[in-house]
Amino acid sequence: MSEKASGYLDMELLRFTTAGSVDDGKSTLIGRLLYDSKAIFEDQMEAIEISSKKRGDEEVDLALLTDGLRAEREQGITIDVAYRYFATPKRKFIIADTPGHIQYTRNMVTGASTANAALILVDARNGVIEQTLRHSYIANLLQIPHIIVCINKMDLVDYSQETYDKIKADYQKMVVDKLNIKDVRFIPISAKLGDNVVDASTNMDWYSGSPLLDLLENIKIVDDRNHGDARLPVQYVIRPQSDKYHDYRGYAGRVASGVFRPGDKVKVLPSGIETSIKSIDSFDGEQEVAFTPQSVTVSLSDDIDLSRGDMIVDANNVPNVGREFKAMLCWMNERAMMPRGKYTIKHTTNETRCMIGDIHFKVNIDTLNEDTDDKLVGLNDIACVSFKAAKPLFFDSYKKNRLTGSFILIDEGTNETVAAGMIL
Amino acid sequence: MKEYNINHLRELEAESIFVIREVAAQFENPVMLFSGGKDSIIMFHLARKAFAPAKVPFPMMHIDTGHNFKETIEFRDMLMEKTGTRIIIRYVQDSINQGKVVEETGYNASRNKLQTVTLLDGLEDLKIDCAMGGGRRDEEKARAKERFFSHRDEFGQWDPKNQRPELWNLFNGKKNMGEHFRVFPISNWTEMDVWQYIYLENIEIPNLYFSHEREVFQRDGTLLAKSDCIPMRADEKIEKRIVRFRTIGDATCTGAIESKANTLEDIIDEVAATRTTERGTRSDDKRSEAAMEDRKKEGYF
Repeated sequence: MSEKASGYLDMELLRFTTAGSVDDGKSTLIGRLLYDSKAIFEDQMEAIEISSKKRGDEEVDLALLTDGLRAEREQGITIDVAYRYFATPKRKFIIADTPGHIQYTRNMVTGASTANAALILVDARNGVIEQTLRHSYIANLLQIPHIIVCINKMDLVDYSQETYDKIKADYQKMVVDKLNIKDVRFIPISAKLGDNVVDASTNMDWYSGSPLLDLLENIKIVDDRNHGDARLPVQYVIRPQSDKYHDYRGYAGRVASGVFRPGDKVKVLPSGIETSIKSIDSFDGEQEVAFTPQSVTVSLSDDIDLSRGDMIVDANNVPNVGREFKAMLCWMNERAMMPRGKYTIKHTTNETRCMIGDIHFKVNIDTLNEDTDDKLVGLNDIACVSFKAAKPLFFDSYKKNRLTGSFILIDEGTNETVAAGMIL
Repeated sequence: MKEYNINHLRELEAESIFVIREVAAQFENPVMLFSGGKDSIIMFHLARKAFAPAKVPFPMMHIDTGHNFKETIEFRDMLMEKTGTRIIIRYVQDSINQGKVVEETGYNASRNKLQTVTLLDGLEDLKIDCAMGGGRRDEEKARAKERFFSHRDEFGQWDPKNQRPELWNLFNGKKNMGEHFRVFPISNWTEMDVWQYIYLENIEIPNLYFSHEREVFQRDGTLLAKSDCIPMRADEKIEKRIVRFRTIGDATCTGAIESKANTLEDIIDEVAATRTTERGTRSDDKRSEAAMEDRKKEGYF
């Protein structure tokens, strides 16, 4: 195998989401990243050349690369979250491409839930607008660790440093200070012409930072994971029906956070019994260590009967155990939330029923003000709500732990996923 | 790699294993669709890893068009036997004999579309509530919007505009009687990831994927293998070429590529250098711009 291809065997995975308003060139930016990093194949390019011609466009519209469904191509809109893939020798990238207009909150929250980084697009001609604030708020609510503000269409403002500096200062004042965002970076780009996307721009000598792709390749993400609080939600119990493994009972699951090693003292929830990790087993033999985001199987030193929904945690560092909690909720369904309503809640591998309690406030997503009078929580609303579950859940705050601090609500009548929650 | 960090293949592996275990936990009667192609082979490999040291707790299912490469069927039978895995086989020919579908005619006739009926009938007869498939989002634009857990109504249809939001790693497999789910554990893998993983894990695959001499003929820019199930036009000529297959599907619509790659290392190099998508060799996708979307809505894989 050539050096180039073997280098691809050891890359990191980075997931990012993109947010922007309808016309600020988000699809073009993604098309540009895919095209310039050579992730677009000739037959895909031919197909969009033909489509562009059919529509009477003068240039090839890179945005067409990301429009998947027939209705989207016909109407020139994006309906749903679409996932795109490309790789460089350093990293494999997964883009969650979310539409800017209809149902933007629902879709952006979905794309943001697993993202390591968010690209927020700002049209250089318009500067920081309400939508920018909304997108940044959601990225921050979902605790995306890194935010990259791409100030796009620099070619239409004569690559002006003054414009760039003003937008940067506005964003700092109107967004960063208000939301208390930690890691924000700014890049002046032209997605249409390729300035500072993959290659450094020759039109903006005043910008000394990296082009976008370079930044995406080098942002440090390993430290964003929670390696401190050992949590393993039991997903499935493995009991081989064979003589060799007669008494074997393995607890399979994905490490939500922290690190486990054989011999570690652990507590199992909800029983609270203390025991220790006997072994970490896999198809390829025993493992010396298990950490997030690995999927593993562990066996315990004592004969305890665990089942799906239970949790194995560090004996000296346990999560909250309780039936009542408060959370930020994003409503995702056309049917509004029923006050005092009962829903199925899915949290880690646990599932139970819960009841809606007090609605503390709704967030006005245009001003970020908290409205304590409006109690109607409908599609795309974000609200702070109290819950009471039918049995105890084992949770951390979402700020501390994205996987043990998140949940979804399911409508028991329609089976639809109606809300996403982040525990406070 | 640094401590407490894993590479992209191990992260994809962990995600897929999580999804497969979630299926075993949430559904009563799931199956894993197995065609003998590389995607279903790695999906099966991931399932074995997910439940070790126990056996995979659900059967495989193959929808057999009858238009196979014999190498694929031999490989399938060998793998199932070797791993002691149960496989359910449903034949498109049976659906034709029962009059449920009418075979396409003409030179480009394919049973690819007919598979959907055989599949849906099979799922209904056996009361299967979840069928895992090896579909990947990078394969085709309609697939880019598919969920890991994809809900199907009582007619087996997909409604792309009304999909459930899917957040974090919380998968909602709830459904009413008669409905089912399609689950795609390797959604986030690309063709390159699949090949690298086969190399990393040293996974056995059918020899059709490696370079070999084969009797082929040209049709609409595609090299098709000589086969009893493809009628040839008078002007089409059989010739011997050194080829391999990038994808293995129904023999009537899977094109070969000229290639000398006969090791996994060579294939990875070739995939890294290639400038066309793998489905570019599939004439079933070329029928119209939305060919895959239409088939998926009807209940295709």
